Amino acid sequence: MNLDTGTIFFYLFCGVLPLAVVAYFLATRKTFSPSFKGQQMRSTPGSYGWYAVVWTLSPAMLGSLVAALLKLTGVADVPGGALVAAAIILAAAGLSVGVATVKPGLRARQVVERLIVKMLFVASLVSIFTTLGIVLSVTFEAIKFFDMVSLWDFITGTTWNPDEAVPGRGTSGVFGSVPLFAGTFMVTAIAMLVAVPIGLFSAICMSEYASPAFRKVAKPALEILAGIPTVVYGFFAAITVSPLVVHVAEYFGLQADFTNALSPGLVMGVMIIPLISSLSDDVINSVPNSLREGALAMGAYRSETIKNVILPAALPGIVSAFLLAVSRAVGETMIVVMAAGLRANLTWNPLEGMTTVTVRIVDAFTGDQAFDSPETLSAFGLGLVLLVVTLLLNVISLVVIRRFRQQYE
Amino acid sequence: MQAHVSQNYLKKRAGRDKRFIAFSYAAILLAGAFLVFFFVDIVHSAWPAFEQAELRVEVNYNDQARKMGDNALDENVSYLVSRGFTRLIPNLLREDPSLLGTSEDKWVLADSEVDQYLKGKPNRLRKAERQLVDTMRAEGRARLAFNKGFFLNGDSKLPEMAGIWAAAVGSLYVLIITLAFSFPLGVATAIYLEEFAPDNRLMQVVEVNINNLAAIPSILFGLLGLSIFINFMGVPRSSALVGGLTLSLMTLPVIIISTRAAILAIPDSIREGALALGATRWQMVITNILPLSLPGILTGTIIGLARAIGETAPLMIVGMMAYIPEAPDGFTSAATVLPAQIYTWSSDSMRAFTERTSAGIIVLLAVMLLMNGAAIYLRNKYETKW
Repeated sequence: MNLDTGTIFFYLFCGVLPLAVVAYFLATRKTFSPSFKGQQMRSTPGSYGWYAVVWTLSPAMLGSLVAALLKLTGVADVPGGALVAAAIILAAAGLSVGVATVKPGLRARQVVERLIVKMLFVASLVSIFTTLGIVLSVTFEAIKFFDMVSLWDFITGTTWNPDEAVPGRGTSGVFGSVPLFAGTFMVTAIAMLVAVPIGLFSAICMSEYASPAFRKVAKPALEILAGIPTVVYGFFAAITVSPLVVHVAEYFGLQADFTNALSPGLVMGVMIIPLISSLSDDVINSVPNSLREGALAMGAYRSETIKNVILPAALPGIVSAFLLAVSRAVGETMIVVMAAGLRANLTWNPLEGMTTVTVRIVDAFTGDQAFDSPETLSAFGLGLVLLVVTLLLNVISLVVIRRFRQQYE
Repeated sequence: MQAHVSQNYLKKRAGRDKRFIAFSYAAILLAGAFLVFFFVDIVHSAWPAFEQAELRVEVNYNDQARKMGDNALDENVSYLVSRGFTRLIPNLLREDPSLLGTSEDKWVLADSEVDQYLKGKPNRLRKAERQLVDTMRAEGRARLAFNKGFFLNGDSKLPEMAGIWAAAVGSLYVLIITLAFSFPLGVATAIYLEEFAPDNRLMQVVEVNINNLAAIPSILFGLLGLSIFINFMGVPRSSALVGGLTLSLMTLPVIIISTRAAILAIPDSIREGALALGATRWQMVITNILPLSLPGILTGTIIGLARAIGETAPLMIVGMMAYIPEAPDGFTSAATVLPAQIYTWSSDSMRAFTERTSAGIIVLLAVMLLMNGAAIYLRNKYETKW
């Protein structure tokens, strides 16, 4: 009998869960039986109930897990029907053992609680496995890619044209990633040019000048910017900003593509403003008032205090905010997918169409190539670079804030 | 002389100070102006999509209409009526043969070009067709009616038939999976880290890792979903299951961080009180810590889900942006989600899809606003100040 995964889960639930409920009631009822009369019980009846539930569920779940692992690793394919039957038999066996071992002297609560803490511990490891999963999955496929394309060509090549990579023929000169990184760099630079001044000045305004009433309106308004989905920003960049940029460029006698790098950069900058402003706001607020008061007492204007005292004191925090913002901009996908071009183009002119690393990753998976074609695998090579760059940026930002933060008493 | 220089110097300083203040307010106003411009632009371009052109035509259920639905309509009008309506006529006749030979006068969906013409937008109608639409409008046989179909239909190649229902259902399925996986895992992790974890190397790694996970680009989660969930575990591509699993890994750090903050806010006197009464650590957690931190946990969860519902890039990688006109009927069948639907429409060249894209955006933003509003309400209503 071959069942699909959903049905297997359904039968497992229908078979095993009722058994667990039965186990709970049998075990609690047993604690009221004559054999318990007059005896000192080590746990409450409920704990005995849960003890029996643990006995019922664990063997069945372990069995299913083993079957799933066998199937995943390709060792053996356990048929769905047999799996369900085995799980129910295991659960029934566990139930009888569990209920049979319910005795007055049993420390049921300790058994159950120790298991719960173990389960919590396993849950806390999931985040580690997620990171490992990302690193491993990207690395393994990237290695396959670098078997086909030399790493040197990939890093130094200046043409990216995967359509010419036909299996069997050479792949040299086709997967040169320099134009993609140039595009990513261009868009990120434009975004930072927008986000850093506006974000920083917003933070200064909010923490140093604004009245509480103004702050109350402005802060949530800025946070709305962070909450807008990126696909919406992308649509806005492609439909409204790009034509605007083209018209303005025309007015100045310049030629601009509709897929220019400027418009996704501008819109991405707006998206990143709240990240910079809220992080900078926090560090500016954490500069102690005694520093401010000292500078003001010397006759400095507020702006001079900010420029000469507060910003230098808050600099590590601001630098780390900047690095986090760069990492966000580098990894941002939807805005560039919708508003930037597909054509790899190595240029200094932001009015020309450029493509980015993330655009090519998405493009590689939305085409109709086979999964192990060089083009699809190239996405994992690009993903590896993206992963390394963003991890580095995050780590440096952490180090900056740890090493250089002033400790004010 | 000396006094003169210092006068100048003071003036310059004062000017610089004023400019600095002006800059700082200008920055906020600029961001605010963008926000206003953005919303006005989206609402302005979305508005027309909530109305849809309809034509009142005579439908003759004649013999030829059994093969080609167009034959049921007057030759001139048949080009103005949506093919989504005419192609259904043969089916209609097959199901109910008694209709054959009858005729009725009814409002039917107009073609998207007629729709665009009635809304005063660029269109590809010919001059004669425009005149015909004009006379029909003068006779009261052409109107713009509330666009029910947009909320009830799935995706379609015909702009006038396309709706967000299938995508909304897909989003709901994905959210259910995301919630089912990330909520228990996230809360369990946070409880372990705050109440049980020993202070050792492994737990420090876990903590750093959680913060780091929150900063990994979303598209890399898509690569993880593709190679682990789809290629290794065999979860069906494009399904709500694989999308939900991928998003739950992204939502996990948000839930963990907010749950930890909520647990951390509970004063130790509560813990000591519970322990003093003889509770074990786990009993203390389940009877005191969890109920007291629940508002904070729920707020964080809703915010995490609101972010998940707007996420597109990782879902594109796991195949959730295919053309899927039907609402999914299970967690393993092919589904699409609201942001992916917005993306598909936005990349369509037909003009009528642009206003539908904006309308889809409005729906998405409304859902997110509702979720965030619920989170803020929960926080304000149940938050305990210690």
